[in-house]
Amino acid sequence: MTSVDGFSLSINGHNRSVVDAVAGESLLFVLRERLGLAGSKNACEEGECGSCTVRLDGETVCSCLVLAEAAAGREVVTIEGLGSEGDLSDVQQAFLDAGAVQCGFCTPGLLMAVDALLDDDSKPDDLTVREAISGNLCRCTGYGRILDAVDRAAAARQAEATP
Amino acid sequence: MTVVETGARTSVGPRIGENAPRPDGVPKVTGGFAFSSDLHHDRMLWGATLRSPHPAARIGGLDTSPALAIDGVHAVLTHEDVPGSPTFGLEHCDQPVLAGDVVRYEGEPVAVVAADHPDTARRALAAIVVDWQPTEPLVDPALAETADPIHPDGNVIRRIHLRHGDQSAADRDDLVSVEGTYEVGMQDQAFLGPESGMAVPDDDGGVDLYVATQWLHVDRDQVAACLDLPHEKVRLTLAGVGGAFGAREDLSLHVHLCLLALRTGRPVKMSYGREESFHGHVHRHPARMWYRHHATTDGDLVRVEAHLLLDGGAYASSSSAVIANATCFAAGPYMVPSVEIEGVVVRTDNPPCGAMRGFGAVQTCFAHEAQMDRLAAALNMDPVALRLRNALEPGDRLATGQVIAGTLPVAEVIRACAGHPSAALGSDEPMARPGGAGRTADAQHVVRGEAVAVGFKNLMFSEGFDDSSAARCVLHHGVATITCACAEVGQGFVTLARQIAGEVLGVDEVVLAPVETTSIGSAGSTSASRQTWMSGGAVQLACETVRRELLAAVSATHGVSIDDLVLVDGRIVSLAGDLDLSLEELTVEPVEAEVVHRHAPTSPLDGDGQGDAHVSFAVSAHRAIVDVDPDLGLVKVVELTTAQDVGRVLHPLQALGQLEGGAAQGVGLAVMEEVQVTNGRIRNASFTDYLIPTALDMPPLEVAALIEQPEPGAPFGAKGIGEPPSISSTAAVAAAVRDATGLALPRVPIRPSDICLGDNALTAEVIA
Repeated sequence: MTSVDGFSLSINGHNRSVVDAVAGESLLFVLRERLGLAGSKNACEEGECGSCTVRLDGETVCSCLVLAEAAAGREVVTIEGLGSEGDLSDVQQAFLDAGAVQCGFCTPGLLMAVDALLDDDSKPDDLTVREAISGNLCRCTGYGRILDAVDRAAAARQAEATP
Repeated sequence: MTVVETGARTSVGPRIGENAPRPDGVPKVTGGFAFSSDLHHDRMLWGATLRSPHPAARIGGLDTSPALAIDGVHAVLTHEDVPGSPTFGLEHCDQPVLAGDVVRYEGEPVAVVAADHPDTARRALAAIVVDWQPTEPLVDPALAETADPIHPDGNVIRRIHLRHGDQSAADRDDLVSVEGTYEVGMQDQAFLGPESGMAVPDDDGGVDLYVATQWLHVDRDQVAACLDLPHEKVRLTLAGVGGAFGAREDLSLHVHLCLLALRTGRPVKMSYGREESFHGHVHRHPARMWYRHHATTDGDLVRVEAHLLLDGGAYASSSSAVIANATCFAAGPYMVPSVEIEGVVVRTDNPPCGAMRGFGAVQTCFAHEAQMDRLAAALNMDPVALRLRNALEPGDRLATGQVIAGTLPVAEVIRACAGHPSAALGSDEPMARPGGAGRTADAQHVVRGEAVAVGFKNLMFSEGFDDSSAARCVLHHGVATITCACAEVGQGFVTLARQIAGEVLGVDEVVLAPVETTSIGSAGSTSASRQTWMSGGAVQLACETVRRELLAAVSATHGVSIDDLVLVDGRIVSLAGDLDLSLEELTVEPVEAEVVHRHAPTSPLDGDGQGDAHVSFAVSAHRAIVDVDPDLGLVKVVELTTAQDVGRVLHPLQALGQLEGGAAQGVGLAVMEEVQVTNGRIRNASFTDYLIPTALDMPPLEVAALIEQPEPGAPFGAKGIGEPPSISSTAAVAAAVRDATGLALPRVPIRPSDICLGDNALTAEVIA
């Protein structure tokens, strides 16, 4: 196997060195297996399910389809950067309140997709929400509670914006 | 290393019937929850599996030395390296851990490797030299009975011939009869979290296996037998489970991981990719079902005859129980005096089939509901009225002769669902029309249809199975710790267990101990809609035992009758108000109880398929409204409405989540989901080609009613609720498409070609 020269990634505002990667490793693999950031999930590894969604310079991408080295010099935000226990983001809190979490495997990717949606559109209508998360497969919920969570998060973000 | 955190102490207030928070909720939204694929160990190796590229072949020889020669490869194992039982199986021990002389399905494991990197492991697999000698696969289940056996156990896994009532009841000329043949394609559970786990060898020849599963103890028993190790040397711990839906009832990588770990002396991790996952677990049985219904001209069902043929694929898995369910519930939740059902499940070289949500009842519901609509049309009768007229009631006899002793509100769910006002509107939005983005239907051509379907099934295991769950409750310093091996797969048992303990003991702090095999006995499987009843019941019983012991002690010490004492808010108080004791102080020495909870015993089916084989039943109804584009054959499910028999709601949000999630899987089977198998080969083993509903595909689910009739014997009267939503939803959607198009559509999933080409397109397709 061919090793690649070390490179560094900016992840959740921190510079992280990747020194031992093998050529061809995806951003998802490097996040999970080399940097210990296992919150991004690996459900299909071909860009269909959205479980590995992260933000790359603000845009949502499937990290399984991004070559790790190609993310060098760009801002990567993963689920670990969205909010933490005791400091949950509005979207994370809404998912809990709405009962949108069952097995939870799709949850990190969906949270990233919804966070990006609400950054772009503070009052998305139902079809806009459905389209925005249609690249994120969930097998447990049938999406009903997730759609409710998006409504709750949108309301919370608006309330925050207009005190 | 990372292990699943299930021991977090959080305060809970809410009790039974309220929306308690999930104890695993915060880690799941922050990315900290450790799923089985997230396990990591600094010294770990990566495992990988060599699978058969052929659905049927002899193995002339197998040379692993080129793989072993690769730098970074630590072990390559074949069937010769399995020290114990060469085969495993849930009900029949017929499936090789690693194939020896023959393979019987595409994807059957042949060898496993352990290496320092996933890519090294993949290169090692490619370097193994196998002398494949392909043979003609047996792929048509209709030919299985007469074909040469493809397995020493034969090609008929199980045949049930159910006969109930007067078998000549339809021998009269004043009845209306309808007949049809129906097919259900192979559905995949498509859980999001792929099969994965880690085995860690210990110093005394034993092994710890961290794995995502539905039933730790039955896995442990099978793994130990294959490893030829005593049970105490094989310890299983539940790793975070990314959904299950039946696909984790059978072993997948369990034995392989342990073999590699024991051979290398290193922790070994394995995680299937999606394509491998499609080959690595069982699917829902494809079915071909012939039915004939006979009724009086007034619409009273007189006799139902059916022949059910299920394709079990290469190995038995839980096929025997699936065909029993299909057969027992083949006539639907209707009072039928005369029934004859022949149910057969056969072995073929197709992918093995086993458990999936609904477990045999999904297939027959699709058929019996199509028959009821056909009968209504023949009688010129309203299909809902026909169903109500024949609805089973408590006290009635099922086709198995069993009298319904508990609750079964069939008419209630039908009335509530069919009578619920619809909020469905037309839409000018192209995205909301059939086809959605890119292939939007011409609004002028869209036709709408509507239909109602009803389905039911058993709760818990049947046919005399000694079903149980064990639980321990320790109350110490006012904190309850619950130990139970119930597998949390996403359904929310962790929430219910804490609610139940809090309810019984009047405490806020309830800790759930890690779920593993050494600390407690089996909880049985997280399947068959059974864990709320079985493990919820076990937790309730354990907590009640602790409660009684505490109250008896306080009663004896203070001279107050037990009947005058209550536990509330962490205190024991007397109704008279003269006693107020803190549980924290009362339990400075722990008070504990361990119980094994069983449901009422059941009986095997006799030679005529008769017997009190089931514990309890649950029924649900769905109404579907669909828009269809007949030009492109595309379907948009516009609205789903449901009513379900739940016994009692323990957690409203989680209950809703089960109804919505189950309905989504039903919609998927109705219009998009099928593992396409051609000559034994899966053609669509990816999420690019195997389509499951997205948020754009799913309509809103209207819950018309949750019928709460407490079920005797169930904890707090609560029935299991996971499976019914996936039973009647498929039938309702398919019937609505029939209503829209006027086509017979006797097969699900309904494909665009089925609609575009009409009923002529349907007959040639072979179940495969």
